[in-house]
Amino acid sequence: MGSILVVTEILGGNISDTSRELLSKARELSQTLGAEVVAVGFGSESAQALARIDADRAIAVTGQAVEQYLPLAYERSLLQVMEQESPQLTMIANTTMGLDLGAGVAATRGISLAAYCNGLAVEGDEIIAQSQVFAGKLLAEAVLPSEGAVVTILPGSFPASEVEGHPTVTTVDAVSAPGMSLIQVLEPEKGDVDITRADILVSVGRGIQDPENLTLADELADAIGGVVSCSRPVVDAGWLPKARQVGKSGQTVKPKLYLALGISGAPEHLQGMKDADLIIAANTDESASIMDVAHYGTTVDILDLMPALTERLRGE
Amino acid sequence: MRILVLSKSVPDLVEELALDEDSGELLHDDMTYVPSEWDDHALEEALLLKDEVGAEVTVLAVDTGDVDNMLFTALAKGADHAVKLTGDFDLATSNRKRAQAIANYLRDNPFDLVLSGVQAIDDIDGQIPAMVAGLLEWPHASVVTEVSIQGDQIHFRQEYGGGLQAELAAQTPLVLGIQAARKPPRYASVAKVRQMMKSSTVDEVDASADAVPELEIRRFFKPVAAGHAEMIEGEPDEVADRIITILKERKLVRG
Ligand SMILES: Cc1cc2nc3c(=O)[nH]c(=O)nc-3n(C[C@H](O)[C@H](O)[C@H](O)COP(=O)(O)OP(=O)(O)OC[C@H]3O[C@@H](n4cnc5c(N)ncnc54)[C@H](O)[C@@H]3O)c2cc1C
Ligand SMILES: Cc1cc2nc3c(=O)[nH]c(=O)nc-3n(C[C@H](O)[C@H](O)[C@H](O)COP(=O)(O)OP(=O)(O)OC[C@H]3O[C@@H](n4cnc5c(N)ncnc54)[C@H](O)[C@@H]3O)c2cc1C
Repeated sequence: MGSILVVTEILGGNISDTSRELLSKARELSQTLGAEVVAVGFGSESAQALARIDADRAIAVTGQAVEQYLPLAYERSLLQVMEQESPQLTMIANTTMGLDLGAGVAATRGISLAAYCNGLAVEGDEIIAQSQVFAGKLLAEAVLPSEGAVVTILPGSFPASEVEGHPTVTTVDAVSAPGMSLIQVLEPEKGDVDITRADILVSVGRGIQDPENLTLADELADAIGGVVSCSRPVVDAGWLPKARQVGKSGQTVKPKLYLALGISGAPEHLQGMKDADLIIAANTDESASIMDVAHYGTTVDILDLMPALTERLRGE
Repeated sequence: MRILVLSKSVPDLVEELALDEDSGELLHDDMTYVPSEWDDHALEEALLLKDEVGAEVTVLAVDTGDVDNMLFTALAKGADHAVKLTGDFDLATSNRKRAQAIANYLRDNPFDLVLSGVQAIDDIDGQIPAMVAGLLEWPHASVVTEVSIQGDQIHFRQEYGGGLQAELAAQTPLVLGIQAARKPPRYASVAKVRQMMKSSTVDEVDASADAVPELEIRRFFKPVAAGHAEMIEGEPDEVADRIITILKERKLVRG
C-alpha cells in the first residue's frame, strides 16, 4: 500500500494548526487512493504529540540534533524517513520550515515539487495539485507523477483536522548534522504598540512611496483612534519597526477595521489580515489582489485619501 | 570569501500577465520581465559583506535571453564578476532545470557562500536556492536576514511566523535564501550601467542541461475570487465621505 507522508510542526508540545490542515487533506486523499497516512514529527515532545492525531502511523524523530529547529538536521532526518518510506506523496506546510525542506528534499531525492499548493484532488489514479503563482494572480494545475512528489502547502488551504486518532508511533534517531547550529532564539521584538490588539489599523504599503508621507498615516490613525501598521517592504526600507508588520513573517491581526492603503495583497500579506471584520482598500490598481478580500475598495490616490479622511474625522 | 549571487527575472506584476485562457499557457514573450525583487536583496547583502570584509562577489544568471542588463546592473552596483550560463534555456525553462545548471556550475567553480532571493513569484516547481543546495547536498536555509562572516563560519538570522527569529551558525559551503537585506538595495544609474557595458564583460559558461524531473503543468488560470470589493467611485472627497458614512453605520467612528 502506498503512503502519504505528512511533515508536522510541533510547537510547545502541540501539533500546529497548519499541520492539522495537512492531516485532514491527507486523510481525504488516502481514502480515494487507498493509501496510508504517515505523519512525521521532530523533537522529544513529538511522540506524545503524534500519538493522538488522525494518522495510520507516526514517526517521531528524536535526538539532540532536532531538539531545536535546524534546517540541516531536519532535512537530513526527513530524507532518512523518506528513504525508508518511499511515500507516494509528501506534504509539507509552506512555512519557513517548508521553504527549507520542500525544495531541498525534492532535489536531493530527484523527485518533483509543487510549491504554494492550495488544492489537491485525485482524478483517476492521478493526484492533481493546484498552486498559487505570481503573488496569487494566477493558479496553476499540475499533474503529480505517481512515483512520489513533494507538495508545499499554503497555510489556511484546508480545514484543520479535529479527529483524534491512535496511530502506532515509532521513534527513530535523528541524523546529526554538525554543519549548522543554533546560536539563540530571538523572541519577537516588543514594539511601542501591539498591533494585534488594536481595533482599527491604518495599514500602509509600498504605495506610501516616501517615509515623509507616513505623517499622513499617523494623522489619520490619530484622528480615527487607530494604530499604524504596514506591509513588509515598509519595514525592509526601515520606515517602520518590525513590530508593525502584518503578514506571514510579521503579525496576524483581526481588527474591527483594516484600512489597506497602497498594499497590493500578496499572499504573505493576506495571510496576516484577511480575517479582519471590515477591510477597506485603497489602491490605484483596481485589479490588485487586495480587492478580492476587501469589503470596500477605491482607486483614489492614498496621498489624497488620507488627508481627506483625517479632515472629516477631525470635524473640520 | 567567494560569494555567488543567483539572479533571475520574472514577469512584471505591474502589467497584466499574458495568459492564453483557452490553452492555459503563459505567453512569456508577451510579458515584460524585471529582476526578482528578493534577488536584489540577496545582491545587496552580498555587497554589504564585500564592503565590510572584502568578499569577492560574482553574480550569475541562467541565459533565458534577457539577462545582460540585469548582470551589468549588478556589476555597476559593485559585483566583481558576472556569469551567464548558456545552453538550451528560455523564459519558460523550469526552475528545476535552472537549479541543475547552477549546481553543475558550482561543482566546477568553488564558492563559499551562495545567496539568492528566498523565492520568486514564479517558483511553482520550487525555490532555486533550496534546490541548488539539495542537488549538491549542501546546508542551506530560507527566509534569511542579517548575514555576517565570523571566522570560518557564517552567522545569519532565520525568520519564522509571528516575528519569531533564530540566529544560526553554519559552515561553508552554504546556500542562503535571502528575505531582506539589512539596507534597501542600492541603486545604479543608467549611465553607470552603460559604462559597465563598455568596460566589462559577462563570462559565458556553457551549462550542460541534464534531464530533470519536470512538473507537468496542465494549465494556468485566473482564480475566481470568492468576492470582490464593492468599489467606491468618485473624487477623493466623495470617497472619503462615503467611507466615513460606512464607518459611522458600523459604529467604528463616533457621529
Ligand atoms: C517568506 C516570506 C514572508 C513574507 N512575509 C510578509 C509579511 O509578513 N508581510 C507582508 O506584507 N509581506 C510579506 N512578504 C512579502 C510579500 O510577498 C510582498 O512582497 C509584500 O506584501 C508587498 O508589499 P506591498 O503590497 O506594500 O507592495 P507592492 O506589492 O509593491 O504593492 C504596492 C501597491 O500600492 C499601490 N499604489 C502605489 N501607489 C499608490 C498610491 N499613490 N495610491 C494608492 N495605491 C498605490 C500599487 O498599485 C500596488 O498595488 C513575505 C515574502 C516572503 C517570501
Ligand atoms: C528555533 C525555533 C524556535 C521556535 N519556537 C517556536 C515557539 O516558541 N513558538 C512557536 O509558536 N513556534 C516556534 N517555532 C516554529 C515556527 O514559529 C513556525 O515555523 C511558525 O509558527 C510557522 O510560522 P509561519 O507564519 O511560517 O506559519 P503559518 O503556519 O503560516 O502561520 C502561523 C499560524 O497561522 C495560521 N494561518 C496561517 N495562514 C492562515 C490562513 N490563511 N487562514 C487561517 N489560518 C492561517 C496557521 O494555522 C498557523 O497556526 C520555532 C521555530 C524555530 C526554528
